[in-house]
Formats: sequence, structure tokens, C-alpha cells
Amino acid sequence: MSNVVILCEHKNGELVKQSLSAVKAGIDAAKATSGKSFLLLMGSGIDKAKEAASRLGADGVIAVEDAALAGYTAEAYAIAAFEAIKPQSADLVLATTSAFSKDLLPRLAVKLKAGMVSDILSIKTDGGKIAGFTRAMWAGSMIADVEVSAAVVVATVRGTAFAHAEPVAAASPVTPVSVKIDQGALHAKSLEVIEHKSSRPQLADASVVVSGGRGLKGPEGFKTIEQLADLFGAAIGASRAAVDAGWVPNDLQVGQTGKIVAPNLYIAIGISGAIQHLAGMKDSKTIVAINKDPDAPIFQIADYGLVADFAKAVPELVDEIKKVK
Amino acid sequence: MKILVTVKRVSDPEAKLKIKPDGSWIQTEGVKFVVNPFDEIAVEEALRIKEKQTGEVVVVSIGDKVVTEQIRAALAMGCDRGIFVNYPGASDSFDIAGILQKIVEQEKPDIIILGKQAVDDDMGAAGFMLAELLGYPQAAFASKVEISDDKKKAKVTREIDGGLEVKEVEIPCIITADLRLNTPRYASLPNIMKAKQKPIKEVTVDALGVAVKPSVTVKKLTEPPKRKGGVKVESVQDLVTKLKNEAKVI
Repeated sequence: MSNVVILCEHKNGELVKQSLSAVKAGIDAAKATSGKSFLLLMGSGIDKAKEAASRLGADGVIAVEDAALAGYTAEAYAIAAFEAIKPQSADLVLATTSAFSKDLLPRLAVKLKAGMVSDILSIKTDGGKIAGFTRAMWAGSMIADVEVSAAVVVATVRGTAFAHAEPVAAASPVTPVSVKIDQGALHAKSLEVIEHKSSRPQLADASVVVSGGRGLKGPEGFKTIEQLADLFGAAIGASRAAVDAGWVPNDLQVGQTGKIVAPNLYIAIGISGAIQHLAGMKDSKTIVAINKDPDAPIFQIADYGLVADFAKAVPELVDEIKKVK
Repeated sequence: MKILVTVKRVSDPEAKLKIKPDGSWIQTEGVKFVVNPFDEIAVEEALRIKEKQTGEVVVVSIGDKVVTEQIRAALAMGCDRGIFVNYPGASDSFDIAGILQKIVEQEKPDIIILGKQAVDDDMGAAGFMLAELLGYPQAAFASKVEISDDKKKAKVTREIDGGLEVKEVEIPCIITADLRLNTPRYASLPNIMKAKQKPIKEVTVDALGVAVKPSVTVKKLTEPPKRKGGVKVESVQDLVTKLKNEAKVI
């Protein structure tokens, strides 16, 4: 019997869609071991997120609401999560891999004296217990079977490796938990969050991703591929090279050290296809590559490869798609 | 200011890796090893802070004797001295954090900078575990670090999902370096020569008094299934036809 607590993320009071992967992974693991699953929400002004979380089929929702949690800091949230999880005798604590969970969970793992595993791809259960995990190593070139001997395991969950939890009719009970947070003892505060304004979907949520790399030659190249993205309502992604060159913000980076995505359609433009980039997109359903180098490694994994200069091919592609759409 | 940076020895990100026949780990023979790229960014940032504030940069690495190569590389970039923790089995994030905790307690640095993740195991946990063990605040995924005039606080711009966050942490603190924090310098030949004379202190886990007990272990490695691709289309029209009729994504 393994009890699972899943940390859910919210943005402006609404449950973040990506969290649904960890929720699904956690509820399934609890069920497979006849344990219980609880969703944990922390913050302030989170009524909508609580309501959404209560409809996901978990055994309960724990809500920690406190003014000290209005702005996120790992320091305060680790205390809140620890206090909320302590009474649950949790064996497994999960959250979908994100900037939030990567920052928070290691701190929480220390408080819980837990073993920590990052970005898991699957959870193995055996005889009513959690038996192990799989995760990618070396930019996805190896899959590791990992075992943890600690009594408690804290893990981040790769969003693309698990389906989303679906809403259910029956509501799980929501239990408020209050914690005391001494803000002076945190030695940290969030001063400002600067959101990149975009009408496009988040990379992780998009069903179509149009990505650009070094081959786009500069920020103007991204303007060209945006026209293509507009046709699909797609998210824009980028290779590490394009981010490194300062052409686009870092949170658009797809790959080992950026975001892992698996959309229905991934269009890689001017991306050579280093293993570090492939690690972030090779599970996409359909992959299209446009690159003027016929030997670019991206063509080896692309379902449809077009050897062409993007500056000519992309506007042409936009016109042709408009004709048939 | 005294700054402690960590460097991890990792296989060259360009290296083609193979699994050992027994599946226990990768074959390391003939593989080139380098400083973890994010740790190079950490070293660079430490050096830049030192150049502005004066002080000392101490570099630490944990592992087999061979990791002294990576310590030398950091010394050649400009770090002042090295600490080599002789612990060949190092892999568990919590053990690494525990070892670093002891080093911090001895060295008492103002700031500890680590790479945001090692590109071999992609765990990204040890830095924040260290922060928790020490009770220090943390600034993860830094793209800009500003030290206050009184040297009591660091204002760190962080890469987060959907944008940036500006976080203020009191010193002592932990910072992890993200890609855009800086571009690491190359070590010049004279500095590589000079680095050979810089001291590296060797310590053992026993001497540090850390009870290492790895709880997370890799049992087996396998290669993931290869994706089949490689179909080329002749023209944009051909591509659109296939996307519409075959892949049915338009």
C-alpha cells in the first residue's frame, strides 16, 4: 500500500494543465498498490484550482492557503508542503516536471528524508508497493531503471510520459491545512514575475509546435516561422543554439535542458537535430523537418524531411497550407 | 567575497555512448570527459563576481582521482584553489549535497554557485538539497546575478516557465546557473600553465565526517527504441499533400 501526494501547480488561481500528468501518474500508482492519493495545492486565492482538483478522482485534496504563499518561493512552499504532507504518511510525492517542481522538490525531499528521482517516465509497482521508476539519462540516449531504498520517494514526472487525469463526477473532499510560515526566516523573497506576453499556447500544452534553430540566422527568421505557427495556433519552440544566440527567450527552448514536448505535429525548421534537441521532441506524433543541409541528423528521425532554405520554403508552405486548409 | 563553485566531470555531450554488456552503466573507455557545461557557466559567474568584489573562488569536485582534470580546468579559467573529494561512488544527489554541506561548513563561502543540472544524469537536485541542508535560500536557474552594495543580498533573475522571476536572496545563498547567465571564458595558455601550480586539497568522505548512504541507484540501462524516419519529400506541395492525406494533420 503506497500513499501518494501529488503537488499541483496553479497559475493566477487556475490549475495548470501540465499538473494533470503527475495527478494521473499518482492516482494510478496509489490504486495499483491499494493506497490513497491526495492532491496538494498551496497558495492564496486558489478556489478555482481547488474546485478543479477536487474533480480529478483523488481520495482527497489538501489546500494550504496563506498570505505568505501568495508569491512563490521554494523556501516557503517547501515548509508548507512538508507540514501538509507529514500527517499523510506519504510513500511517494510527485509533481509534473516544471521550473516550479524542479526548484521545490529537492528541498522538500530533504525535509521528508526522501530519495529523489527527477523526471520519471514510468512507475513500477509490485506486490502492493512502489518497486521502481524509469528515467532518461544522457540526453535521452539511455533509459535507466532506478530503485530507491529510502522509505519515501520524491519524484518529478515527465509530462509527456503520462496521460492527463480526466475530470470525474464525484468530488473529493477538500481539507484545509494551516501552516505557520515565518517570512523573516526564509531569507528570500520574490520581487517580480515578468511574464512573456504571448497569445500562443504554452509549449507543453500545444498540439502543434513550430521550432526554429540556428538555420534561421537571427530573430527575423523567427518572424517568418511565426506565420506558419499562426496557421495552426501553434506554440513556438527553439533549439538551444537559438536561445544561446539571444534570438528568443529561454523558456521556448525545446530539448534536454529545456522543455520536453510531444505534440501531434512538430515542425523543426533550420534545426540540425543534435541529440540534446531530439531528447525534447522525439516523441512527437508527426515530425516535419525543413533544413537546407541534406545530411542534417534531424532528417533521420523526421517523418517528412524537406531539403530547402527556410526563407523560401516557409512562405511557400504557408501559401500551400492556406489553399488546402 | 568567497565563492564556492562545483564542477562535475561528465561525458562529452557530443560523445556517442554505449552500454556495458551487463547493462550496469555506460562504457567509459575511449569517451572524452569534460566539465559539465552548466558548471562552466557557474565558474564564469563566480569569477565575474570576484573580479567586481575581490575575494576568492574555490572549486570543488567529487569522484574518482580523474576529476582533478576538471578541477584543473576550472583553475585554468581563474579559480584560486581546488578541493577534490575522493569518493568514487558518487551518484546519489543527497550524498553529494551532504558532502558539499561539510565543505561549506569548513570553507564558509558567501555564495555557492552550481550548474542548474549535470548533462549526464539530468537530476538537477543536489544544489537545492544543499540549500535545504544548510538552511540557505536558493536562486535557481539564474540568468542574471546582482550583488547588493553592502554584499548582504543577491538579486537574481531566474528563468521560469512563461517568463522570468526576480528573486532576492540573503547571503549566504545558493545560486544555480542557467544557460544565458554568461558565456564562459576560454582558459588562456599562460593560465593553463599557472593552474598547474594552484593548490588542490584532497579530502575523503570519512575525513569530512559524512555518512554517505546512496538510496537512489541505477539498476540497469537500456537504449530507447529508435524512431523511424528518414523519408524526404521533393517539394513543398508534396509535403502539404502528405501532411493532409497521410499524417492527417492539416
